[in-house]
Order: sequence, then C-alpha cells, then structure tokens
Amino acid sequence: MSNTDIALMAHLMRRAGFGATRTELEDYAERGYENVVEDLVEPERCDPIDEDILHRYFGSFEAGYVEKWMYRMIRSKRPLEEKMALFWHHVFATGVGKNQHLLASARQIDTFRRVGLSNMREILIELSKDPAMIFWLDNNENRKGEPNENYGRELLELFSMGVGNYTEDDIKNCARAFTGWTFAQPPPLYPQGFYDAKFVFLEEDHDDGEKTFLGHTGNLNGDDIIDIIVEQPACAKFISRHLYNFFVADEPQVPSWHVTPPQDPEAIEILSNAFMESKGDMRHILRTLFNSDFFKEARGKKVKSPTELVTGILKLIGTYERPDPGMGKYSGATTLMGQKLLDPPTVEGWHTGREWIDGGTLTERVNFAVREVSDASRPGIAELINRLKAEGRALAPDEFVEKCLDLAGPMTVSDTTRESLNKFAESGGDLDLSADNGSEESTDRVIQMLQLIVASREYQFA
Amino acid sequence: MAYRDPVLVIVELKGGNDFMNTIVPYTNGIYHDCRPIVGLREDEVLPMNDTLAWHPNTVPLKEMFEQGDVAIVQGIGYPDSSRSHFRAMDVWHTCEPIDIGTEGWLGRVVRDLDPKGENVLTGINFGKGLSRALAVSGVPVTSVDDLDNYGLMTSIKEDPKRMRAIEIFKTMYEPAIGTGVVMDYLSQTGLDVIKGSDKLKMAPAMYQSDVEYGSNSIAKALRDVARVHLAGLGTRIFYTQHGGYDHHANEMPSHPKLLTELSEAIRDFFQDLRNHNASQEIVMLVFSEFGRRMRDNASGTDHGTGGGAFIIGDGVNGGLYAEYPSLDPSRWANGEDLEHTIDFRGIYATLLEQWMGMDATPIVDGTFEQIQPFKEVV
Repeated sequence: MSNTDIALMAHLMRRAGFGATRTELEDYAERGYENVVEDLVEPERCDPIDEDILHRYFGSFEAGYVEKWMYRMIRSKRPLEEKMALFWHHVFATGVGKNQHLLASARQIDTFRRVGLSNMREILIELSKDPAMIFWLDNNENRKGEPNENYGRELLELFSMGVGNYTEDDIKNCARAFTGWTFAQPPPLYPQGFYDAKFVFLEEDHDDGEKTFLGHTGNLNGDDIIDIIVEQPACAKFISRHLYNFFVADEPQVPSWHVTPPQDPEAIEILSNAFMESKGDMRHILRTLFNSDFFKEARGKKVKSPTELVTGILKLIGTYERPDPGMGKYSGATTLMGQKLLDPPTVEGWHTGREWIDGGTLTERVNFAVREVSDASRPGIAELINRLKAEGRALAPDEFVEKCLDLAGPMTVSDTTRESLNKFAESGGDLDLSADNGSEESTDRVIQMLQLIVASREYQFA
Repeated sequence: MAYRDPVLVIVELKGGNDFMNTIVPYTNGIYHDCRPIVGLREDEVLPMNDTLAWHPNTVPLKEMFEQGDVAIVQGIGYPDSSRSHFRAMDVWHTCEPIDIGTEGWLGRVVRDLDPKGENVLTGINFGKGLSRALAVSGVPVTSVDDLDNYGLMTSIKEDPKRMRAIEIFKTMYEPAIGTGVVMDYLSQTGLDVIKGSDKLKMAPAMYQSDVEYGSNSIAKALRDVARVHLAGLGTRIFYTQHGGYDHHANEMPSHPKLLTELSEAIRDFFQDLRNHNASQEIVMLVFSEFGRRMRDNASGTDHGTGGGAFIIGDGVNGGLYAEYPSLDPSRWANGEDLEHTIDFRGIYATLLEQWMGMDATPIVDGTFEQIQPFKEVV
C-alpha cells in the first residue's frame, strides 16, 4: 500500500466521514478504495453503534444530544450515515432556538440519520412530516382557506429546486396541498418536560380543491407534490449542487445559485444524471460522487466546518474511545467557531466556505486545535510519537517535518508553510526519540510541531 | 488625541429584556392585571413620574438618569410579523426585517470608518463569538473573549515557546502568490489577528484605576472596554452582550439580579472613564431584541415585540424619548404585545448621524424617524 493510497483514503474519510486515525486509514487502504466506498454507502454492512451504551453514558435522551451526536461522528462504524445527517441538517436547517423543544430537534436528526441515505422522495416526505420542521416553518398554521405559505415556499426554494424553477402560483398551490399536515403534542408531564410530538394529518384542515402545480392539475396532496418535485431536473441539479458543495468543493452561498453557475458544471451534470437515472437514490449518487475524478482531485478545496474541524482533531488525538463524560465542551467549541449544532441561524442554514472564517472564529479554531494536541498522553498523540520512534533513528529536521505532516494527515502544504516548519525543526537539530535520548524535550518538540501544523492555513481546509 | 473621535459602545441584552419590568407603568391597572405574578407592586418601584417608575434594582441607572446622562427610548421595535420572533436578533443586526441580511450594520459602520481596513481594532467585540452585527465579509474586526489572555495559542503557557510559535505562525500565514482567494483571505485574517493582539496586549499594562468593577460578565466586559479605550488604540465601535434575559420562567428571582449587574457595571464604567477624563467621547446604546408579552405565564414572560433602549453618556440630553407603548388591549400588537412606537433603525441612524457624524441611510438601508437625544449635534 502506497502513501498515495493513504492520502486518498484520508481525503475520502475527511469528506465521507469525520476523519480517521492512521491505523484506520491503513486498514481502509488495505481493503481498497472502491470497497470502502461501498461500505460507506451501504452502512448496513457495518455494525451500528451500541445505543444502550450511549444511553448509559449520556443519560436522558434529549439533554446531551449534541454531545452524543459528536460521539457518533467520531466512533460510528457507519460514518457516512452521520455525515448525511449533518448534510441534511445543513440543507433543511431547523433551529431549536424557535421551538425550544430539544426533543423534537433531536428526533429530526435521528430521522435524517435513518433516511438520509434513502431516496429523495422518502427524504422529502419524512421532512414534511417532521414536527420540528412543521413548527419551524409554521405548517401547523397552514389550513384550508387560510394557507400559510412558509413551508410551501421553502420546500421549493431551499429544500428541493431553488428559485427560478416555479412560479408564485406554484408556491400557493404547494402550500394548499400541505394544509392539514401538522403535529400533535401531548401535554408534558412536567412544566419544562416534553413528550414526542407526532405528525398528524387533519382531514378537516386539508384543502381538497383542485390545484395546479408545475403543470400537473388535480386534487393534489403533499405527497403528490413531492412526487412531482423529485421528477424535476431542477431538483436533481439543486440537490447535486448541494452535495457537491458539502462533499467536494465550496460553492457560493445558496441564494446566489440562480445567478452564479456552478464552478464545475460537468460534475453537476454527472451527479444530476445519477440522480435522474436512480430516481434520487442517495446511495447511487454518492457512490458516483466518491468514485469520480472530480472528487478525488478536490483535496483541500473546502474550508472545514467547525464540526469537521473539532471532530477531526478528536480523531487525531484519539480520545473518547468510549463515551466518557465531558464531550459537552466540544459542542461548545463548535458554537464559538460559528456552528451551534441543532441551531442554525436561519432557515437558509450556515454560510459555509470562507464565511466560516473571521478573526474571532480563526482564533477559536487555532487555539482549540493547539490546546487539544498538546497532551502527549492522549492515545492518538502517543501513537504518533511511537511511530516516529519506530523509525529507530534520529530524524533530520526536514524528515521530522515530513513525517509529522504525513502522520497528521497526510497533509499537503505550501512552500511557505513547509519552510516555516523546517525553520522551526532546524532550530532544534535532529530529532532523536530513541530509547537513550527519548527525552521529554524531544517529545515536546513533536508536540510543538503538531501545534504548528494544526495552526496552519492548510489545516483549516478539508 | 486619536481617542477623542466619537466612540460608540453597544450593549446587547441578550434574550429580550422585559422593558415593562424595567421602566414600569406602575400606576396603570392593565399592567397589574396582566402581570399578577411577574409584576412589581406600586410600593416597591422607584417612581420617575406619575406613570413610570424604575425597577428597584436599577438605582445606579436611575441616579445617572437624574443627573441627565440617560435617554430612555420607549417602545423601540420594528414592523413585525408575529412569526419572526426567532429572527429578531438577526433583524436588529442586519437591519433587514424582511429579507435575510448577511451584513451586520456595525460591520458596515466599521467599513465606512476604516475603508482600507488599516486598523483591525476599529471595531471590537467583547465576549464569546463575534456578534453578527459586526460581521461583514472582508471587514476585519476583532473579537476578544478575555483581554488579559487574548491572542493566538494562549494555551502555550511558557512565554518564549509561545512567542516562537507565533513567529512561525506569522511566516506560515505570509501571503503567497497563486494560492487562491480563500487562502489569501485566510492569510490576511491570520495576520490581522496577530496585529490586533500585538496592540491589544498593551492595554492591560497601561491601565490603572481606582474603580472596582463587579465580578460578573457585563462588569468584566465593560472594564475591558474601558481599558482598551483608555489605551487609545483607535477603536470607534465596542460591542458586548449581557446574557440571560430570556425569562420564559423564573423571571421574578432572576431578572432583578441582571438589572443590578447591568446598572452597576454601567455606573462603574462611566465613573472610570470620568476619572480618566475620557468620558466625553463615549456614548453607549443598551438595547435588546424585543420586549416581552403583556401577560405573564405565571412564571415568566414569553417573547413580545416593542421594548426599550437606553442611550447613555455625558453628551446625552437625558429624558424620555419616543412614546411608551399604549397598554390599552385594543392597541396591542398581535393581540398580546406592546406595539412599537419607534423603529430601531431610526435610533441607529440617530447615533450614526448625530453622534458619529456619518451618513446612516446606506447603513440602516433607508430613512427612519430619529430622536434628538444629544446636547450637541455633530
């Protein structure tokens, strides 16, 4: 197995998952790229995470949901399931800030995990029946004779097709078709407690009249609307561009998509075709995506989201092999970096790419990463030092830099970065971790090197 | 001296301050009817006039008001659709009540004050995470959580080691040709952070004061504002937050504590500046994203609309501005809220035009009714 294989595998796991340890990367590379892609898109091939253990360690269901989710991200054997849950969370951005109903928001993520790798029709049906979404976009106030267009509009504009592919009349008729799609909320046992809200269809609130939507006329209900949407080439293109933006390379923000063409129209074409020929089967589309050249060549073309940065560091340092307490500080860390999971700022979702970065968030990102890699006793760091030791000889400064970049990534860096790191390495001479000279000082030099690497510009990119 | 340029300090009361329980319509029966539990009795408030009274925990602010330094803006808000409460802060930050705005209004102010981005300290946010109000793509602003421990890689405790790491960081972030716009932007941002922290670290060393601030978050933040202002680093916009005002429950025990923290911190801040002869150039705006519901929910109050704001400083002509929203149920917004009487964008424009001497129209995106709260207009 070559270093090229390892580097490609690391790329795949940063995008389709949340990073991987060196040992995991070696195992994956052994299995072969296309086989690993199959394992990712067919998650049933791998064991699910043990829910009982999660419950035992993270306590009651909703309170620690984000921590629990972050634990899943770094430890699930089905990383793409979690990555797709995050993807749909980006696209179908629903904020707990409005509903103040953590349980409903948590259930929505569970739904995205469950159906995220199914087909677009099922995904949109589940979305339209999701109580958190219904409340977020006021579909519980969408009734026969007094339609509320909020959900109908966003379903078309932000969740499936994008502006320019339907008329205002289509929005009105879409909203009418979703009248009566609401939820029931059992009264809570305690003033601050919650029970699950459940989707209900209220016949008496549903508008049974004739509607015309994208050229189809009839007594259309919500599921008819979704049937029509998923057959539109516009839907295939829109979702393909979302997938490209999330998995391949940063695109401009969604509201500009109808005026700014995609940076790689051919890639979008390939993904849209995969969408159309499979009737929106996510597994097929993602298989196509991960096996494509445009994906393999996209290393470093995405700014890591705060969630990706934090989970990537956790994978690197190898902590939380088991669900120990204390993960709350990591959801706090992503919040400070501008991504509070379960609470995107608006229905438009987080602005991604370079918009993740400002003076404050860059400081948070760098300081977080530098702090977390500082402890040589963390399993991932200890393992990395052992691998350097296993070289069995003193490493010249440029080798020292090369090995660290390799083990922390493998990462490709600019000449500027490499020269800076070399300068640092040279100031301490050869690195000798062998038994006699494996002093604290040498270990410390490795730590400092890692701190510089995770502080680099390149580390901000996936 | 550079710091004699007018300076704006913004304090955001996060969560929606209950304005009715801050400036209390204590003689109005409707108030008492609507607030049987989350309300203040006539005999416990501090009357200002026949209709309004201060909450008992706002004594320092009341005293500043009596000295003529506090303008109370009553009924501040914006034309609202009842469903957009959750967006309220975004609306305040971007001045976009209908569309989803991406540029923060204070970011636009910073851009106008320093078009070339020469001073990364023109706008500073104190607290965890940059406020959206200051965020405009390409406009460098600084966000400080802890002034005494501000900067990059602060977890490296040994100073020489940290200095060394920062030197390497600087060379790593040196712009390189042909690496792309995002990489260039990242380089610039990284180097700006270094520039900012190099200057900011002077502030604590230069500061001496007899004023003892409280130990809560707002006192700490305002002390940081004072320290940076007194260091004369050219900052024109300071932003900070005081959290915890979203009192859906347990309002009666927790709201007074916040009001005490807030009013004491404001008093100490202005005292500190006066002791250093540096208060004349400062005006403070204290605002919150909305007021709260007319009727209490037996433990707290839910999100409402019309609220209140304070404009504070030596240059302020103290008093009551705009109108206290009518308590008459027939005038309630959405059938349950105080209706706003003045648009917040007019208050922003008041500060920008009459205090900062700037053109407010492009910043707040329109022309709105202003008030005249200053002794002199620039």
